[in-house]
Amino acid sequence: MTTQTPSVPGFALPSYERPRGLHPPLDSPGYRSTELRAPRRPLVALPHRLTEITGPLLGEERVTPADADLTTQHAGEPLGERIIVTGRLLDGGGRPVPGTLIEVWQANAAGRYAHPVDNHPAPLDPNFSGAGRCMTDSEGRYRFVTIKPGAYPWRNHPNAWRPAHIHFSMLGRAFPQRLVTQMYFPGDPLFSQDPIFNSIPDPKARERLIARFDLGLTQPDWALGFEWDIVLRGPAATAIERAEDHR
Amino acid sequence: MTAGLTPSQTVGPFLAIGLPWLDGPFVVPEGTPGAVEITGRLVDGAGVPVPDGMIETWQADPDGRFTHPDDPRGAPEPAGTPFRGFGRCMTGPDGGYRIVTLRPGPLPSPDGGTEAPHLDVSVFARGLLARVVTRIYFSDEPEANESDPVLASIPEAGRSATLIAQADPERAGVFRFDIHLQGERETVFFDV
Repeated sequence: MTTQTPSVPGFALPSYERPRGLHPPLDSPGYRSTELRAPRRPLVALPHRLTEITGPLLGEERVTPADADLTTQHAGEPLGERIIVTGRLLDGGGRPVPGTLIEVWQANAAGRYAHPVDNHPAPLDPNFSGAGRCMTDSEGRYRFVTIKPGAYPWRNHPNAWRPAHIHFSMLGRAFPQRLVTQMYFPGDPLFSQDPIFNSIPDPKARERLIARFDLGLTQPDWALGFEWDIVLRGPAATAIERAEDHR
Repeated sequence: MTAGLTPSQTVGPFLAIGLPWLDGPFVVPEGTPGAVEITGRLVDGAGVPVPDGMIETWQADPDGRFTHPDDPRGAPEPAGTPFRGFGRCMTGPDGGYRIVTLRPGPLPSPDGGTEAPHLDVSVFARGLLARVVTRIYFSDEPEANESDPVLASIPEAGRSATLIAQADPERAGVFRFDIHLQGERETVFFDV
């Protein structure tokens, strides 16, 4: 194969902030599945060059408005509490992240996933698949209509139950912004025993995964409203600017 | 730590409900002239295949260009064939994945060097509380790999070999790249 050296003189690229202590340690023994899957050797620092400061900017053509309503994908309505989940996708500098794909998946109201590996003896709902997607708008906003997922048992430890949650996947606009996480509901009594939620070292960062109930978003006689903002890594300079702002 | 950023959580075991795309593995349509296949297995520390993982790839086009506003070289020439730059493949029961793509070109590095052709890779799975990131290089680019700044930065001798996809001697255009999450042959993962 030919490998010609491109003749481009030195140039400057943006780089993205590197949050320390934000994400859960990969080796989190309380979550047993990490035991054979979390890498053991130290990660190697990768400076941000061209491949890292870019990312897939996929077109709206991949998504239809109907994809954002998980309650209208079948002939009938799913069982459960109808909810609206909405918020903004922002970067660490507070700027909106527009035109990027958000994908969600979740259990049904009984805490059962429409997936062959889920053998929790709770009923499937023929009117609920549990998957949705949307693009953020020019202000970074997203909005899903769905039903509130149920809690469900798992085998991590005796009498283990996952708090109710919706899985969220964000492509972001550059490789460092790629994020998959889970959104939780306020006041869930299961937080204290959940090793996945508690794998996040900073309790304040955990709280940022909990949506806020909002009566203003709640639609009378129709659906409860929850607001949840998601904040992806921003350009590295914003961290410096903000530190200066606070002096 | 920057205040306010959203922390990661695992994709869990049921990612296949929400994340597969029918065209995910095809960065270019199958049968595109010059297309290569990158294939391999995702395995855990016991050597057991990971059947509930997801591999994503991101790369330059064959000219080393990105369709992205932050590439200071501007937009690439419109390509004759659709090229997404992004690939996504769920792992199968044998931990296997495949990505059909065009070989990326080499890239100028801001410090004046040249990066060998490569793909950035994100790995997601139950048991991974955050994605892990690696890179795929090509075994038939020995000279470019030799002068690549990222391969050169890997501290332990020999470990950079875990980042080199091996050309299949029997199938032209097929490269083999296994990802070992742990163990003797643990793949190099990056803090990106």
